[in-house]
Amino acid sequence: MTKWKEKFMEFIFLIAACTSVMAVVLICIFLFANGIPAMKEIGFLNFLLGEKWKPSNNIFGILPMILGSIYVTAGAIVIGVPIGVLTSIFMAKFCPKKIYTFLKSSIELMAGIPSVVYGFFGLVILVPFVRETFGGHGSSILTASLLLGMMILPTIVGVSEAALRAVPDQYYEGALALGSTHERSIFFVVLPAAKSGIVAAIVLGIGRAIGETMAVIMVAGNQARMPAGILKGVRTLTANIVIEMGYAADLHREALIATAVVLFVFILIINLSVSVLNRRS
Amino acid sequence: MDKLVVEKLDLYYKDFKALKNININIMEKEIVAFIGPSGCGKSTLLKTLNRMNDLVEGCRITGHVTLDGKDIYKDMEINMLRKRVGMVFQKPNPFPMSIYDNIAYGPRTHGVRGKAKLDDIIEKSLRDAAIWDEVKDRLKKSALGLSGGQQQRLCIARALAVQPEVLLMDEPTSALDPISTSKIEDLVVELKKDYTIIIVTHNMQQAARISDKTAFFLLGEVVEYNDTEKLFSMPMDKRTEDYITGRFG
Repeated sequence: MTKWKEKFMEFIFLIAACTSVMAVVLICIFLFANGIPAMKEIGFLNFLLGEKWKPSNNIFGILPMILGSIYVTAGAIVIGVPIGVLTSIFMAKFCPKKIYTFLKSSIELMAGIPSVVYGFFGLVILVPFVRETFGGHGSSILTASLLLGMMILPTIVGVSEAALRAVPDQYYEGALALGSTHERSIFFVVLPAAKSGIVAAIVLGIGRAIGETMAVIMVAGNQARMPAGILKGVRTLTANIVIEMGYAADLHREALIATAVVLFVFILIINLSVSVLNRRS
Repeated sequence: MDKLVVEKLDLYYKDFKALKNININIMEKEIVAFIGPSGCGKSTLLKTLNRMNDLVEGCRITGHVTLDGKDIYKDMEINMLRKRVGMVFQKPNPFPMSIYDNIAYGPRTHGVRGKAKLDDIIEKSLRDAAIWDEVKDRLKKSALGLSGGQQQRLCIARALAVQPEVLLMDEPTSALDPISTSKIEDLVVELKKDYTIIIVTHNMQQAARISDKTAFFLLGEVVEYNDTEKLFSMPMDKRTEDYITGRFG
Protein backbone atom coordinates (compact mmCIF):
# COMPACT_ATOMS: atom_id res chain seq x y z
CA MET A 1 0.00 0.00 0.00
CA THR A 2 2.63 2.51 1.12
CA LYS A 3 4.84 1.49 -1.75
CA TRP A 4 2.06 2.16 -4.22
CA LYS A 5 1.45 5.54 -2.60
CA GLU A 6 5.09 6.48 -2.87
CA LYS A 7 5.22 5.53 -6.52
CA PHE A 8 2.12 7.56 -7.16
CA MET A 9 3.48 10.65 -5.41
CA GLU A 10 6.77 10.30 -7.26
CA PHE A 11 4.81 10.31 -10.48
CA ILE A 12 2.95 13.48 -9.44
CA PHE A 13 6.24 15.23 -8.68
CA LEU A 14 7.66 14.13 -12.02
CA ILE A 15 4.64 15.53 -13.85
CA ALA A 16 4.98 18.82 -11.97
CA ALA A 17 8.63 19.06 -12.92
CA CYS A 18 7.91 18.18 -16.53
CA THR A 19 5.25 20.86 -16.84
CA SER A 20 7.71 23.72 -16.63
CA VAL A 21 10.17 22.01 -18.94
CA MET A 22 7.33 21.32 -21.37
CA ALA A 23 6.31 24.98 -21.27
CA VAL A 24 9.81 26.06 -22.28
CA VAL A 25 9.99 23.42 -24.99
CA LEU A 26 6.59 24.38 -26.40
CA ILE A 27 7.52 28.07 -26.44
CA CYS A 28 10.72 27.22 -28.30
CA ILE A 29 8.88 25.11 -30.84
CA PHE A 30 6.23 27.76 -31.37
CA LEU A 31 8.77 30.55 -31.76
CA PHE A 32 11.14 28.77 -34.07
CA ALA A 33 8.46 27.02 -36.15
CA ASN A 34 6.79 30.33 -36.89
CA GLY A 35 9.76 32.65 -36.85
CA ILE A 36 12.39 30.83 -38.85
CA PRO A 37 10.27 30.45 -42.04
CA ALA A 38 9.46 34.16 -41.87
CA MET A 39 13.13 35.02 -41.54
CA LYS A 40 13.86 32.80 -44.51
CA GLU A 41 11.19 34.45 -46.60
CA ILE A 42 12.42 37.93 -45.74
CA GLY A 43 16.04 36.83 -45.93
CA PHE A 44 18.13 36.45 -42.76
CA LEU A 45 20.35 39.42 -43.46
CA ASN A 46 17.54 41.61 -44.72
CA PHE A 47 15.66 40.81 -41.55
CA LEU A 48 18.48 41.21 -39.02
CA LEU A 49 20.37 44.05 -40.68
CA GLY A 50 17.56 45.81 -42.54
CA GLU A 51 17.27 49.41 -41.45
CA LYS A 52 13.66 49.87 -42.48
CA TRP A 53 10.55 48.44 -40.89
CA LYS A 54 7.58 49.13 -43.16
CA PRO A 55 5.07 46.33 -42.81
CA SER A 56 2.66 47.98 -45.27
CA ASN A 57 5.35 47.80 -47.98
CA ASN A 58 6.42 44.32 -46.89
CA ILE A 59 9.79 45.63 -45.65
CA PHE A 60 10.79 43.97 -42.45
CA GLY A 61 14.20 45.04 -41.13
CA ILE A 62 14.55 44.88 -37.36
CA LEU A 63 17.99 46.43 -36.94
CA PRO A 64 16.41 49.64 -35.54
CA MET A 65 14.68 47.59 -32.85
CA ILE A 66 17.76 45.48 -32.09
CA LEU A 67 19.78 48.65 -31.65
CA GLY A 68 16.91 50.23 -29.72
CA SER A 69 16.88 47.37 -27.24
CA ILE A 70 20.65 47.44 -26.93
CA TYR A 71 20.84 51.21 -26.42
CA VAL A 72 18.04 51.34 -23.90
CA THR A 73 19.49 48.39 -21.99
CA ALA A 74 22.99 49.86 -22.07
CA GLY A 75 21.61 53.13 -20.76
CA ALA A 76 19.79 51.29 -17.99
CA ILE A 77 23.04 49.56 -17.06
CA VAL A 78 24.98 52.82 -17.02
CA ILE A 79 22.40 54.30 -14.66
CA GLY A 80 21.38 51.27 -12.65
CA VAL A 81 24.66 49.45 -12.07
CA PRO A 82 26.63 52.13 -10.19
CA ILE A 83 23.62 53.03 -8.04
CA GLY A 84 22.70 49.40 -7.49
CA VAL A 85 26.20 48.16 -6.65
CA LEU A 86 26.90 51.08 -4.33
CA THR A 87 23.55 50.56 -2.63
CA SER A 88 24.36 46.90 -2.09
CA ILE A 89 27.76 47.82 -0.60
CA PHE A 90 26.05 50.26 1.71
CA MET A 91 23.45 47.73 2.75
CA ALA A 92 25.88 44.89 3.31
CA LYS A 93 28.69 46.79 5.00
CA PHE A 94 27.84 50.31 6.11
CA CYS A 95 24.15 50.42 6.92
CA PRO A 96 23.07 51.01 10.52
CA LYS A 97 20.62 48.32 11.62
CA LYS A 98 17.76 50.74 12.07
CA ILE A 99 17.86 51.99 8.50
CA TYR A 100 18.53 48.54 7.12
CA THR A 101 15.07 47.07 7.71
CA PHE A 102 13.48 50.11 6.11
CA LEU A 103 15.84 50.11 3.13
CA LYS A 104 15.56 46.38 2.55
CA SER A 105 11.77 46.41 2.55
CA SER A 106 11.61 49.44 0.25
CA ILE A 107 13.83 47.72 -2.26
CA GLU A 108 11.79 44.55 -2.03
CA LEU A 109 8.69 46.64 -2.59
CA MET A 110 10.31 48.15 -5.69
CA ALA A 111 10.66 44.65 -7.09
CA GLY A 112 6.97 44.04 -6.59
CA ILE A 113 5.61 47.16 -8.28
CA PRO A 114 3.91 46.18 -11.58
CA SER A 115 5.77 47.48 -14.60
CA VAL A 116 2.75 49.38 -15.87
CA VAL A 117 2.94 51.46 -12.71
CA TYR A 118 6.58 52.22 -13.43
CA GLY A 119 5.53 53.13 -16.94
CA PHE A 120 2.86 55.47 -15.69
CA PHE A 121 5.33 57.09 -13.33
CA GLY A 122 7.71 57.49 -16.27
CA LEU A 123 5.02 59.00 -18.42
CA VAL A 124 3.85 61.50 -15.83
CA ILE A 125 7.14 62.40 -14.16
CA LEU A 126 10.16 61.39 -16.24
CA VAL A 127 8.92 62.35 -19.70
CA PRO A 128 8.15 65.97 -18.74
CA PHE A 129 11.36 66.07 -16.68
CA VAL A 130 13.52 65.00 -19.62
CA ARG A 131 11.64 67.32 -21.98
CA GLU A 132 12.15 70.33 -19.76
CA THR A 133 15.70 69.56 -18.68
CA PHE A 134 17.30 68.22 -21.84
CA GLY A 135 14.86 69.18 -24.60
CA GLY A 136 13.25 67.01 -27.29
CA HIS A 137 9.87 65.37 -26.96
CA GLY A 138 10.62 63.72 -23.70
CA SER A 139 9.91 60.21 -24.90
CA SER A 140 13.39 59.04 -25.67
CA ILE A 141 16.24 56.60 -25.17
CA LEU A 142 17.30 58.63 -22.15
CA THR A 143 13.88 58.48 -20.52
CA ALA A 144 13.57 54.75 -21.11
CA SER A 145 17.09 54.22 -19.74
CA LEU A 146 16.31 56.21 -16.62
CA LEU A 147 13.16 54.26 -15.98
CA LEU A 148 14.72 50.88 -16.71
CA GLY A 149 17.73 51.84 -14.58
CA MET A 150 15.33 52.20 -11.68
CA MET A 151 13.49 49.02 -12.50
CA ILE A 152 16.61 46.85 -12.47
CA LEU A 153 17.78 48.21 -9.11
CA PRO A 154 16.06 45.57 -6.95
CA THR A 155 17.63 42.75 -8.99
CA ILE A 156 21.11 44.25 -8.87
CA VAL A 157 20.93 45.29 -5.22
CA GLY A 158 19.52 41.97 -4.05
CA VAL A 159 21.96 39.71 -5.87
CA SER A 160 25.04 41.90 -5.21
CA GLU A 161 24.20 42.21 -1.54
CA ALA A 162 23.96 38.44 -1.23
CA ALA A 163 27.30 38.11 -3.03
CA LEU A 164 28.95 40.62 -0.68
CA ARG A 165 27.54 38.90 2.38
CA ALA A 166 28.84 35.56 1.13
CA VAL A 167 32.45 36.82 1.26
CA PRO A 168 34.06 35.28 4.35
CA ASP A 169 34.69 37.77 7.16
CA GLN A 170 38.27 36.57 7.42
CA TYR A 171 39.21 38.54 4.30
CA TYR A 172 37.82 41.72 5.79
CA GLU A 173 39.51 41.07 9.13
CA GLY A 174 42.79 40.23 7.42
CA ALA A 175 42.73 43.57 5.62
CA LEU A 176 41.84 45.50 8.77
CA ALA A 177 44.66 43.82 10.65
CA LEU A 178 47.10 45.28 8.12
CA GLY A 179 46.02 48.77 9.12
CA SER A 180 43.62 49.23 6.24
CA THR A 181 40.54 51.36 6.85
CA HIS A 182 37.01 49.94 6.84
CA GLU A 183 36.35 51.59 3.46
CA ARG A 184 39.57 50.45 1.84
CA SER A 185 39.16 46.90 3.13
CA ILE A 186 35.70 46.73 1.62
CA PHE A 187 36.50 48.30 -1.74
CA PHE A 188 39.83 46.58 -2.34
CA VAL A 189 39.38 43.19 -0.70
CA VAL A 190 35.73 42.34 -0.11
CA LEU A 191 34.39 43.82 -3.33
CA PRO A 192 36.90 42.04 -5.61
CA ALA A 193 36.16 38.81 -3.74
CA ALA A 194 32.47 39.23 -4.59
CA LYS A 195 33.20 40.11 -8.21
CA SER A 196 31.67 37.10 -9.91
CA GLY A 197 28.45 37.44 -7.89
CA ILE A 198 28.21 41.11 -8.75
CA VAL A 199 28.78 40.45 -12.44
CA ALA A 200 26.00 37.84 -12.25
CA ALA A 201 23.78 40.52 -10.68
CA ILE A 202 24.54 42.88 -13.54
CA VAL A 203 23.83 40.26 -16.16
CA LEU A 204 20.50 39.43 -14.49
CA GLY A 205 19.75 43.15 -14.57
CA ILE A 206 20.51 43.20 -18.29
CA GLY A 207 18.10 40.32 -18.76
CA ARG A 208 15.42 42.18 -16.85
CA ALA A 209 15.98 45.38 -18.84
CA ILE A 210 16.01 43.81 -22.28
CA GLY A 211 12.81 41.88 -21.64
CA GLU A 212 10.86 44.78 -20.13
CA THR A 213 7.95 45.80 -22.31
CA MET A 214 5.12 47.74 -20.76
CA ALA A 215 7.10 50.48 -19.04
CA VAL A 216 9.33 50.99 -22.07
CA ILE A 217 6.40 51.37 -24.46
CA MET A 218 5.02 54.14 -22.30
CA VAL A 219 8.16 56.31 -22.34
CA ALA A 220 10.32 55.38 -25.35
CA GLY A 221 8.39 56.99 -28.20
CA ASN A 222 8.33 53.75 -30.21
CA GLN A 223 9.26 55.14 -33.62
CA ALA A 224 10.44 52.27 -35.80
CA ARG A 225 13.50 54.00 -37.19
CA MET A 226 17.22 53.89 -36.59
CA PRO A 227 18.07 55.44 -33.22
CA ALA A 228 19.22 59.00 -33.85
CA GLY A 229 20.32 60.28 -30.45
CA ILE A 230 19.57 59.77 -26.81
CA LEU A 231 16.88 62.44 -26.80
CA LYS A 232 15.10 60.86 -29.77
CA GLY A 233 12.43 58.24 -29.60
CA VAL A 234 13.25 54.59 -30.13
CA ARG A 235 11.44 51.29 -30.42
CA THR A 236 12.65 48.13 -28.68
CA LEU A 237 12.16 44.53 -29.79
CA THR A 238 9.55 43.96 -27.13
CA ALA A 239 7.67 47.13 -27.99
CA ASN A 240 7.68 46.17 -31.66
CA ILE A 241 5.89 42.94 -30.92
CA VAL A 242 3.27 44.35 -28.57
CA ILE A 243 2.40 47.42 -30.62
CA GLU A 244 1.73 45.60 -33.87
CA MET A 245 0.59 42.16 -32.75
CA GLY A 246 -3.04 43.25 -32.48
CA TYR A 247 -3.58 43.86 -36.16
CA ALA A 248 -0.75 41.97 -37.87
CA ALA A 249 -1.52 39.15 -40.28
CA ASP A 250 0.39 36.74 -42.54
CA LEU A 251 4.04 37.61 -43.09
CA HIS A 252 3.79 40.67 -40.87
CA ARG A 253 2.59 38.51 -38.00
CA GLU A 254 5.34 35.98 -38.63
CA ALA A 255 7.92 38.74 -38.77
CA LEU A 256 6.82 39.77 -35.29
CA ILE A 257 7.24 36.22 -34.09
CA ALA A 258 10.68 36.25 -35.68
CA THR A 259 11.36 39.39 -33.67
CA ALA A 260 10.49 37.36 -30.59
CA VAL A 261 12.98 34.70 -31.75
CA VAL A 262 15.74 37.32 -31.78
CA LEU A 263 14.73 38.48 -28.31
CA PHE A 264 14.66 34.88 -27.15
CA VAL A 265 18.19 34.32 -28.42
CA PHE A 266 19.33 37.44 -26.54
CA ILE A 267 17.81 36.16 -23.30
CA LEU A 268 19.31 32.73 -23.94
CA ILE A 269 22.78 34.21 -24.26
CA ILE A 270 22.30 36.21 -21.06
CA ASN A 271 21.09 33.19 -19.09
CA LEU A 272 23.94 31.08 -20.40
CA SER A 273 26.48 33.65 -19.31
CA VAL A 274 24.90 33.76 -15.83
CA SER A 275 25.21 30.01 -15.45
CA VAL A 276 28.78 30.07 -16.74
CA LEU A 277 29.59 32.78 -14.19
CA ASN A 278 27.94 30.84 -11.39
CA ARG A 279 29.81 27.70 -12.29
CA ARG A 280 33.12 29.56 -12.26
CA SER A 281 32.53 30.93 -8.78
CA MET B 1 62.75 47.73 27.24
CA ASP B 2 59.01 47.30 27.61
CA LYS B 3 57.30 47.27 24.24
CA LEU B 4 53.75 46.50 25.26
CA VAL B 5 52.30 47.01 28.70
CA VAL B 6 48.88 45.83 29.78
CA GLU B 7 47.67 47.37 33.00
CA LYS B 8 44.61 46.50 35.06
CA LEU B 9 42.76 45.42 31.97
CA ASP B 10 39.16 44.23 32.32
CA LEU B 11 37.21 43.24 29.25
CA TYR B 12 33.48 42.67 28.99
CA TYR B 13 31.36 41.10 26.31
CA LYS B 14 28.06 42.77 27.20
CA ASP B 15 27.69 41.65 30.85
CA PHE B 16 30.17 38.81 30.71
CA LYS B 17 33.57 39.66 32.13
CA ALA B 18 35.97 37.85 29.81
CA LEU B 19 39.26 39.26 31.14
CA LYS B 20 39.90 40.11 34.75
CA ASN B 21 42.60 42.48 35.91
CA ILE B 22 45.28 41.56 33.40
CA ASN B 23 48.77 42.95 34.00
CA ILE B 24 51.50 41.94 31.56
CA ASN B 25 54.72 43.55 30.37
CA ILE B 26 56.14 42.44 27.06
CA MET B 27 59.75 43.25 26.26
CA GLU B 28 61.04 44.20 22.87
CA LYS B 29 62.21 41.34 20.60
CA GLU B 30 60.89 38.65 22.81
CA ILE B 31 58.58 35.77 22.06
CA VAL B 32 55.74 35.52 24.53
CA ALA B 33 53.37 32.57 24.48
CA PHE B 34 49.82 32.66 25.82
CA ILE B 35 48.63 29.23 26.88
CA GLY B 36 45.55 27.93 28.63
CA PRO B 37 42.40 25.90 28.00
CA SER B 38 39.77 26.95 25.45
CA GLY B 39 37.72 29.95 26.45
CA CYS B 40 40.28 31.18 28.98
CA GLY B 41 40.65 34.57 27.32
CA LYS B 42 44.07 34.25 25.68
CA SER B 43 42.81 35.00 22.17
CA THR B 44 40.64 37.77 23.56
CA LEU B 45 43.66 39.48 25.08
CA LEU B 46 45.60 39.05 21.85
CA LYS B 47 42.82 40.72 19.87
CA THR B 48 42.76 43.56 22.36
CA LEU B 49 46.37 44.37 21.54
CA ASN B 50 45.54 45.42 17.96
CA ARG B 51 41.96 46.37 18.76
CA MET B 52 40.38 43.69 16.58
CA ASN B 53 37.95 43.32 19.49
CA ASP B 54 36.44 46.60 18.43
CA LEU B 55 34.58 44.58 15.79
CA VAL B 56 32.79 42.53 18.43
CA GLU B 57 29.50 44.06 19.36
CA GLY B 58 29.12 44.84 23.04
CA CYS B 59 32.82 44.55 23.77
CA ARG B 60 34.30 47.17 26.08
CA ILE B 61 37.41 47.45 28.18
CA THR B 62 38.69 49.29 31.19
CA GLY B 63 42.35 49.70 32.07
CA HIS B 64 45.25 50.55 29.80
CA VAL B 65 47.26 49.01 27.00
CA THR B 66 50.32 50.97 25.97
CA LEU B 67 52.69 50.54 23.03
CA ASP B 68 56.01 52.32 23.58
CA GLY B 69 54.35 54.23 26.39
CA LYS B 70 51.37 55.41 24.34
CA ASP B 71 47.84 54.31 25.14
CA ILE B 72 46.58 52.36 22.11
CA TYR B 73 42.96 53.23 22.84
CA LYS B 74 43.46 56.92 23.40
CA ASP B 75 46.66 58.30 21.92
CA MET B 76 46.89 56.32 18.73
CA GLU B 77 45.03 56.20 15.46
CA ILE B 78 43.62 52.69 15.05
CA ASN B 79 45.00 52.02 11.56
CA MET B 80 48.44 53.18 12.64
CA LEU B 81 48.21 50.83 15.62
CA ARG B 82 47.35 47.93 13.32
CA LYS B 83 50.21 48.81 11.01
CA ARG B 84 52.61 48.67 13.96
CA VAL B 85 51.01 45.60 15.52
CA GLY B 86 50.49 43.00 12.81
CA MET B 87 48.40 39.87 13.12
CA VAL B 88 48.42 36.33 11.78
CA PHE B 89 45.14 34.49 12.15
CA GLN B 90 44.32 30.96 13.20
CA LYS B 91 42.99 29.98 9.81
CA PRO B 92 45.23 31.08 6.93
CA ASN B 93 43.31 33.89 5.23
CA PRO B 94 45.10 34.95 2.06
CA PHE B 95 42.96 37.29 -0.05
CA PRO B 96 41.46 35.76 -3.18
CA MET B 97 43.99 37.49 -5.42
CA SER B 98 47.50 36.85 -6.66
CA ILE B 99 50.39 36.13 -4.31
CA TYR B 100 51.96 39.41 -5.39
CA ASP B 101 48.83 41.44 -4.71
CA ASN B 102 48.35 39.78 -1.34
CA ILE B 103 51.71 41.03 -0.14
CA ALA B 104 51.40 44.37 -1.94
CA TYR B 105 48.05 45.15 -0.32
CA GLY B 106 49.50 46.36 2.97
CA PRO B 107 52.27 48.56 1.56
CA ARG B 108 49.87 50.04 -0.99
CA THR B 109 47.45 50.81 1.82
CA HIS B 110 50.16 52.75 3.56
CA GLY B 111 51.07 54.74 0.50
CA VAL B 112 53.94 52.82 -1.10
CA ARG B 113 53.84 53.40 -4.87
CA GLY B 114 56.10 52.37 -7.71
CA LYS B 115 56.71 48.89 -9.02
CA ALA B 116 60.40 48.69 -8.16
CA LYS B 117 59.77 49.62 -4.55
CA LEU B 118 56.90 47.17 -4.24
CA ASP B 119 58.91 44.41 -5.91
CA ASP B 120 61.63 44.88 -3.32
CA ILE B 121 59.23 44.77 -0.40
CA ILE B 122 57.53 41.70 -1.78
CA GLU B 123 60.75 39.78 -2.28
CA LYS B 124 62.06 40.73 1.14
CA SER B 125 58.80 39.85 2.90
CA LEU B 126 58.55 36.50 1.16
CA ARG B 127 62.19 35.72 1.95
CA ASP B 128 61.70 36.69 5.58
CA ALA B 129 58.70 34.40 5.76
CA ALA B 130 60.78 31.57 4.24
CA ILE B 131 58.47 31.06 1.30
CA TRP B 132 60.26 32.96 -1.50
CA ASP B 133 61.79 29.89 -3.14
CA GLU B 134 58.44 28.14 -3.28
CA VAL B 135 56.50 30.98 -4.85
CA LYS B 136 58.98 33.16 -6.77
CA ASP B 137 57.94 31.65 -10.12
CA ARG B 138 54.23 32.02 -9.51
CA LEU B 139 53.82 35.46 -7.97
CA LYS B 140 51.01 36.30 -10.38
CA LYS B 141 49.08 33.12 -9.59
CA SER B 142 46.22 33.03 -7.11
CA ALA B 143 47.24 32.67 -3.49
CA LEU B 144 44.37 30.24 -2.97
CA GLY B 145 46.29 27.60 -4.96
CA LEU B 146 48.92 27.28 -2.23
CA SER B 147 48.88 24.55 0.43
CA GLY B 148 47.65 25.42 3.93
CA GLY B 149 51.17 25.73 5.33
CA GLN B 150 52.28 27.90 2.42
CA GLN B 151 49.19 30.06 2.81
CA GLN B 152 50.00 30.64 6.46
CA ARG B 153 53.58 31.65 5.66
CA LEU B 154 52.19 33.92 2.94
CA CYS B 155 49.98 35.53 5.59
CA ILE B 156 53.05 36.03 7.75
CA ALA B 157 54.84 37.61 4.78
CA ARG B 158 51.81 39.82 4.22
CA ALA B 159 51.93 40.96 7.83
CA LEU B 160 55.69 41.60 7.59
CA ALA B 161 55.30 43.66 4.43
CA VAL B 162 53.91 46.64 6.35
CA GLN B 163 56.97 46.52 8.63
CA PRO B 164 55.24 46.02 11.94
CA GLU B 165 57.02 46.16 15.28
CA VAL B 166 54.93 43.56 17.02
CA LEU B 167 53.48 40.39 15.49
CA LEU B 168 50.43 38.77 17.04
CA MET B 169 49.87 35.14 16.13
CA ASP B 170 46.59 33.48 17.02
CA GLU B 171 47.20 29.72 17.07
CA PRO B 172 48.96 30.03 13.71
CA THR B 173 49.69 26.32 13.39
CA SER B 174 46.50 24.75 14.69
CA ALA B 175 45.17 24.18 11.17
CA LEU B 176 48.47 22.83 9.81
CA ASP B 177 50.26 19.49 9.48
CA PRO B 178 53.39 18.74 11.58
CA ILE B 179 55.89 19.61 8.84
CA SER B 180 54.31 22.97 8.11
CA THR B 181 54.06 23.56 11.86
CA SER B 182 57.76 23.01 12.36
CA LYS B 183 58.56 25.34 9.45
CA ILE B 184 56.45 28.07 11.03
CA GLU B 185 58.04 27.50 14.44
CA ASP B 186 61.53 27.86 12.95
CA LEU B 187 60.36 30.96 11.19
CA VAL B 188 58.99 32.51 14.38
CA VAL B 189 62.30 31.96 16.17
CA GLU B 190 64.07 33.51 13.18
CA LEU B 191 61.75 36.53 13.20
CA LYS B 192 62.53 37.24 16.85
CA LYS B 193 65.65 39.12 15.69
CA ASP B 194 63.52 41.92 14.33
CA TYR B 195 60.09 41.62 15.88
CA THR B 196 58.34 41.30 19.18
CA ILE B 197 56.10 38.27 18.87
CA ILE B 198 53.11 37.19 20.88
CA ILE B 199 51.77 33.77 20.07
CA VAL B 200 48.63 32.10 21.34
CA THR B 201 48.91 28.36 21.30
CA HIS B 202 47.06 25.29 22.47
CA ASN B 203 50.20 23.33 22.18
CA MET B 204 52.32 23.47 25.31
CA GLN B 205 55.31 21.84 23.65
CA GLN B 206 55.19 24.59 21.07
CA ALA B 207 55.20 27.25 23.78
CA ALA B 208 58.10 25.53 25.51
CA ARG B 209 60.05 25.17 22.26
CA ILE B 210 59.89 28.67 20.94
CA SER B 211 58.92 31.23 23.58
CA ASP B 212 60.99 33.26 26.01
CA LYS B 213 58.13 33.94 28.35
CA THR B 214 54.81 32.24 28.88
CA ALA B 215 51.57 33.43 30.37
CA PHE B 216 49.12 30.85 31.64
CA PHE B 217 45.48 31.90 31.42
CA LEU B 218 42.54 30.42 33.25
CA LEU B 219 38.96 31.72 33.30
CA GLY B 220 39.90 35.19 32.15
CA GLU B 221 42.84 35.63 34.51
CA VAL B 222 46.57 35.38 34.10
CA VAL B 223 47.44 32.77 36.67
CA GLU B 224 51.15 32.90 36.06
CA TYR B 225 53.49 34.85 33.81
CA ASN B 226 57.14 33.96 33.87
CA ASP B 227 60.19 32.88 31.89
CA THR B 228 59.11 29.88 29.85
CA GLU B 229 61.80 27.71 31.30
CA LYS B 230 60.80 28.48 34.86
CA LEU B 231 57.10 28.23 34.20
CA PHE B 232 57.43 24.75 32.75
CA SER B 233 60.09 23.42 35.11
CA MET B 234 58.87 24.79 38.41
CA PRO B 235 55.48 26.43 38.19
CA MET B 236 54.65 28.59 41.21
CA ASP B 237 50.92 28.05 41.09
CA LYS B 238 49.24 24.72 41.65
CA ARG B 239 46.82 25.39 38.78
CA THR B 240 49.66 25.96 36.33
CA GLU B 241 51.26 22.74 37.41
CA ASP B 242 48.02 20.84 36.99
CA TYR B 243 47.59 22.24 33.50
CA ILE B 244 51.09 21.68 32.18
CA THR B 245 51.21 18.17 33.57
CA GLY B 246 47.97 17.44 31.80
CA ARG B 247 45.68 17.02 34.75
CA PHE B 248 43.03 19.19 33.13
CA GLY B 249 42.38 21.23 30.03
